[in-house]
Amino acid sequence: MKNKEPLILAVVVFFSLVTYYLVEPYAHHVMHKQVDSENFNYADLPSVTKTGNAANGKALVTGAAACTGCHSISKDGMPAPMDAVSAAASYGVNPPDLSDAGAVYDVKFLTDLIKNPAHALKVEHKFDANKGKMHPMVPFFGAGGDLDQEVADMVAYLQSIAVSKDELTPKVAYENACGRCHALSYENWTQIGTKPTFKHKKDSLAFDIQVLEYQDSLVKYMGKLPPDLSMYIRSRGEHYISTFIENPQNHLAGTAMPRVGVTAESAEKVIEHLKDAGDTKRHEREAVGQNVMWYILIFAIFAFLWKRSVWKDLH
Amino acid sequence: MAHFTKATSVKDWLNQRLAIEKVEKVMASEYWIPKNINFLWAMGMVLAITFAILLVSGIFLLMYYQPNVDTAFYSVNYTIMRDVDFGWLWRHVHGVAASVVFLVIYIHMFTGIYYGSYKKGREMIWVSGMLLFIAFSTEAFSGYMLPWGQMSYWAGMVITNLFSGGSLHADFVVEWIRGDYVPAQAFLTRFFMLHVLLVPLAIMGLIGLHFAALRIPHVNNQDGEEIDFDAEAKKYLDGDKAGSKVMRFANDFMSKDMMIVGIFLVFFFYLTFYNYGFAMDPVNFDPADGLKTPAHIYPEWYFLWSYEILRPFSIDIGLMAFGFAQVIFVLLPWLDRSPNAVPASRRGAFKYWFWMMLVVMIVLTAMGKLPPEGIFSTIGLVAALVFIGMWIALPFITAREKKV
Repeated sequence: MKNKEPLILAVVVFFSLVTYYLVEPYAHHVMHKQVDSENFNYADLPSVTKTGNAANGKALVTGAAACTGCHSISKDGMPAPMDAVSAAASYGVNPPDLSDAGAVYDVKFLTDLIKNPAHALKVEHKFDANKGKMHPMVPFFGAGGDLDQEVADMVAYLQSIAVSKDELTPKVAYENACGRCHALSYENWTQIGTKPTFKHKKDSLAFDIQVLEYQDSLVKYMGKLPPDLSMYIRSRGEHYISTFIENPQNHLAGTAMPRVGVTAESAEKVIEHLKDAGDTKRHEREAVGQNVMWYILIFAIFAFLWKRSVWKDLH
Repeated sequence: MAHFTKATSVKDWLNQRLAIEKVEKVMASEYWIPKNINFLWAMGMVLAITFAILLVSGIFLLMYYQPNVDTAFYSVNYTIMRDVDFGWLWRHVHGVAASVVFLVIYIHMFTGIYYGSYKKGREMIWVSGMLLFIAFSTEAFSGYMLPWGQMSYWAGMVITNLFSGGSLHADFVVEWIRGDYVPAQAFLTRFFMLHVLLVPLAIMGLIGLHFAALRIPHVNNQDGEEIDFDAEAKKYLDGDKAGSKVMRFANDFMSKDMMIVGIFLVFFFYLTFYNYGFAMDPVNFDPADGLKTPAHIYPEWYFLWSYEILRPFSIDIGLMAFGFAQVIFVLLPWLDRSPNAVPASRRGAFKYWFWMMLVVMIVLTAMGKLPPEGIFSTIGLVAALVFIGMWIALPFITAREKKV
């Protein structure tokens, strides 16, 4: 009799794959909006033509532009004017420390941000100056010289003090770009920083109270508390997160989340950090997976040989 | 008391007390299996192995899981996935096995339907198998609740709502099942109990019944041939292994079982390590939130076909159709009135009925996941009606079949 098993196997595999295709790739394609990456070009922002001078930039940042009125630059010895909780109470969210901004954020984005924050952040739907709703970050209108040159100088200064691209760690990228709004509890990160280990319960509770107060301000500012991102690498996946960071409006039109303006490299680092939080065992999984596959393959070969030796008497 | 002699070996000692030789004969060496069967008959062993994998991985998960609405999500996604050595492996193995076991169950079921293995004295095999299917469904559903993610919560909400009986508004039944107005602590704790104790016990008992149901009518074969098992077994025992139409379960068919299991495990571990995502719905990695409904609520893939039989109708008709779909498979041995227990390819209209049923169930499965809008809901409605119509037609088309 002809051996029908290969045909039967083909039929089983065919129907299994059709079912798989329909309920997985196809269904997800239908259910979720497809958003393509814009390659972190920020094509809607004007290109930068001037070359900046870091020394002039520093003078502007600390002087005429008054950045340090709200922002700390701890790397250059400029402390924050207020603690995070009070700053959030005043501005809605704690203004970021600018030490590494030059490494984390895109040049075009930074340039436009200084001149026109609501536009660069894509939150003009929320902050319309004509309706009296000013973005908490005041635009820089110039110190009397060429505005574009002055802005370029400031960006050059920020870049000069920032860590190099290679030194930028996933953690720092995350803290700069996301950490002031999004907790990452699996990495012990709160919106006001990593929660230390306290010796006394009351100190721990005092810290938690600060976090809660900060979150209250944030809720007022954003409309709701931005989610904890601990499991986002599993619940949303890399592609979604990457395109969301690039331009939240593409996924959720009208969302209060600003465009973050990170470079492609920084976005990758942010995702790396989210993997560190939500998919910690990925390296171990790859190593163990390979070994198990070899083991089971050898098992299958032995099982096949056993079957052959048993069945040779049966025919 | 029986007469005991001084034991000559450990085996002899045990044999006098446990009759292990007799057990071995009944269970393995003189449990006769027809020779003309193909690898689809190894699905039973594949299922047994997968169940064992589920049991073992589940026991390891149970050591760290916390059935508490405040800590369940954390205990799964942090403690087990990060803190426990190889916790991630146990979880992915458990999740993938829970999904794959249904694929194999469906293959096993459709094998039975195709070869007519539910007919002529084999009704109890079929019925006990369908009871196992129901038990496995309960097990899967209760297990899906435990991580207490968004889909756990909302699927739990939707499925338990079905018990209100549509316009009967028997909301007290729903509350009685949940132990609360919404899925909450009481709900989680009782589903935890069901998942780790009561349903597994029932499954193990049913597996025993399913195996026992095989002993008298014996396993069917791919030609629907009636075999005189006693005569053929004698031929085998007399040394004509090649001439006999039967073989021992062990080691003869078991060696093939193990070969198929080996191939299956290559596929299984490939999924576990490299494509586990299909068995873990991304939405369930968001913690349960009773105030935020997910954009789409759908069950796991293996429930989609029956979900889609419910969905396209108004609630009362939908519930009736759903109930129909749940019980109708159990009645298959009596609905199929043909005198033949042969492969579908050698039968009359049933040949087409079989393939059409397979396609309709796949269509229902696909539509059950897709949002119920536009063309998808139309296709779903048509497929549900075809499904019901086909079952109603089954006794009539099979009664016309001539004996082959």
